[in-house]
Amino acid sequence: MDIVATLVTGFGFWNPIIWLAVLAVALVIAYLIWLTGESSYKPGTEQTKPYLSGNPEPAKQDVHVGGGHLYWGFTEAMRGYYDRIVPLHTGVLTDYLLWFFGIAAILILIVGLI
Amino acid sequence: MYYNLPFIIAAVIAVIGIGAMLFRRNLIKVIMGLSLVEAAVNLFLVALGYRMDAIAPIFTNAPGTSMVLPTVQAMTLTNIVIGIATTALLLSFTMIIYKKYGSANTDTVRKLRG
Amino acid sequence: MNGDFIIQNAPALLLAVPMLAAFATPLIGRLGSLARNIWVIAAMTLTSAIGLLLAYDVFTAGTVLYTFGALDPASALPLDSGGIPVRIIFTVDAMSAFMVIIAAISGFAVMLYMMASEAKGSGKDGFYALFLLLIVGILGMVCTGDIFNFFVFLEINSLAGAALVAYRVDKGVAVEAGLKYAVISTIGGLFVLFAIALLYGQYGALNMAVIASSMQYTGLDKIALVLFLSALAMKSGAVPMHFWTPDAYSMAPGSITALLVVASQASLYGVFRVVFTLYNVALDYAAVGWIIIILGVLSMFVGVTMALVQKDVKRLMAYHAVSQTGYMLLGVGVGLAVLGQQTAFDTFGFVAMEGGIFHILNHAMYKGLLFLTAGAIFYRTGTRSLNKLGGLGHSMKWTMIFFIIGALAIAGIPPFNGFASKLLIYESVFLFNPVLSIIAMVVSILTLASFVKVFHAIFMGPKQPQYSDVQEAPLPMLVGMAILAVITIAFGIAPGLVVDSIVAPAATALADQGGYIASVLGGL
Repeated sequence: MDIVATLVTGFGFWNPIIWLAVLAVALVIAYLIWLTGESSYKPGTEQTKPYLSGNPEPAKQDVHVGGGHLYWGFTEAMRGYYDRIVPLHTGVLTDYLLWFFGIAAILILIVGLI
Repeated sequence: MYYNLPFIIAAVIAVIGIGAMLFRRNLIKVIMGLSLVEAAVNLFLVALGYRMDAIAPIFTNAPGTSMVLPTVQAMTLTNIVIGIATTALLLSFTMIIYKKYGSANTDTVRKLRG
Repeated sequence: MNGDFIIQNAPALLLAVPMLAAFATPLIGRLGSLARNIWVIAAMTLTSAIGLLLAYDVFTAGTVLYTFGALDPASALPLDSGGIPVRIIFTVDAMSAFMVIIAAISGFAVMLYMMASEAKGSGKDGFYALFLLLIVGILGMVCTGDIFNFFVFLEINSLAGAALVAYRVDKGVAVEAGLKYAVISTIGGLFVLFAIALLYGQYGALNMAVIASSMQYTGLDKIALVLFLSALAMKSGAVPMHFWTPDAYSMAPGSITALLVVASQASLYGVFRVVFTLYNVALDYAAVGWIIIILGVLSMFVGVTMALVQKDVKRLMAYHAVSQTGYMLLGVGVGLAVLGQQTAFDTFGFVAMEGGIFHILNHAMYKGLLFLTAGAIFYRTGTRSLNKLGGLGHSMKWTMIFFIIGALAIAGIPPFNGFASKLLIYESVFLFNPVLSIIAMVVSILTLASFVKVFHAIFMGPKQPQYSDVQEAPLPMLVGMAILAVITIAFGIAPGLVVDSIVAPAATALADQGGYIASVLGGL
């Protein structure tokens, strides 16, 4: 089993079987902790309804946060980078070709000079 | 100089083709540029196999003189066939794009970007 | 006798079966859709089986040669050829066999998926025929030992791929993507042909082993190297020549995108084959190695940062495909950069190559899986926009589970397969240059971040009323995804077995140019 799983990287090793065993132990401990809790969950009662400080619940499609809103802070912080990199993806075919020929020309210079 | 003439002409055709691909905005002209580059490569291939005062490479009843290289001719034929298929495919794509977008200009054919 | 016949002619059958099946598909299609479906399923299953059989043969008995038109296909130099390999020779060494395994598994899974996902579409005869031709292109590129033959299969690959991208016109947008893909891959193909002409003009041969054995690295060879390198790196989607990748991947039908990943990797195989087999000892290892490393690092970083801001799920995944290609370029590039220094190559260079090559396999599995899940979501909801999707976890539970497996694997979370190959790359590249390794880890974190976004946007949240009648994906689609998911997990749990039995031989075969030449020319 060890030979099947162990991956020697030259720097260390990685064995998913050991990792899974540790994970299993951790899950068992988590389950034991969960067992000690109190079971008062009753589906279908007032208990499971969303409570928004007494306000009526908005429609379901208004509650969901769409993917486009995530990581706004990240892109805002990296604005200097994104303002340069996104416009490069122009979608114009001739630009694609220009990049391709340009890179080929640069590589010829690099390889030719060395 | 005389021997190099086909290679020089191939280079000139290739540069014209690449120029058309980079600086023309009409998709048809871009495809024409592509065909020109292909013609240049074909010319280069055939010129590679040329020998002065040589005959076609047919061995039956051949006089003892030198023959031109048949391999490059076979390669050129293959490339011509591939080129026809490619050009037909590209032109039919352009046709559909013109029908759907109302334009075959690279500046307007850029719904995919970013 | 039959078994022997198949094993002896496996390299030819591997291409003959799908090619014949492809051209017969429109004819069989006239008999009815059931006959056509059975025909395509049988052809692809047979191709996959022959591919796996051939790969098994290569990994147990060494490089398989197949000389077309010779009385004895196994000998590269029959008596009537005068000591020069004039015929087209397929040279299936461990690296080729490795790529054949990838194509066989992905092709089979995609074929099952396609049977359900395309069932409602029109023009299925042509679609299935093009699918089989794309398989032919991929398998031919990775098996052949003849550079002109390589060009022909590259063109088959490009044309079939472009036609499939544009097949569902989708108000012309898919055709736009197909056009861009076709134009740029055709010009790339012409670059490759020109490079082949330069090599043929100097050495008078098309066989890779013959060219490799007489390589002088003249000025023309340098130009040919650059043409090969730029064209094939562009086809594999390396930044800054990656612009076609998100367009083509996002507009292709879901099933085809998973196969386009493999098609790109066949081009990546071309990069490695040219650098390691055609040139190798003639090269300035450090310079070319660093070119590949820089392309890889740019691909990793630009790919993942562009993916973070995407709002179309398939476009996002396409940018991740660019980013993951960077890992492969980085790993193998590091191996190339230290190829001349024996101690450095033994301590970390070889491990880096193993990591890069292992990542090709892993990437094909989990990225294929992710594209298939995205296709299933599009199949059921009709939209790819992350802003419109939501709450699908309630109705598409299996798709969600497969997505989680794929997303965790691509982000390099243990114990999935992405972690195993990324670990090999991190630790070996760290010994080469710590900065590169740190960039690779940061990219992995950003990958996880962007898949958290996708997961949240598609599956989380309350059940949306507009998707109230959305069903789980049909069974064949789930089976196709399940095959890839099981392999993703299995390779993650037994990475040592996979690396020892197929990845290490592939890396050895790639690094050992002398062995490749000797296998064809018999140690001349």
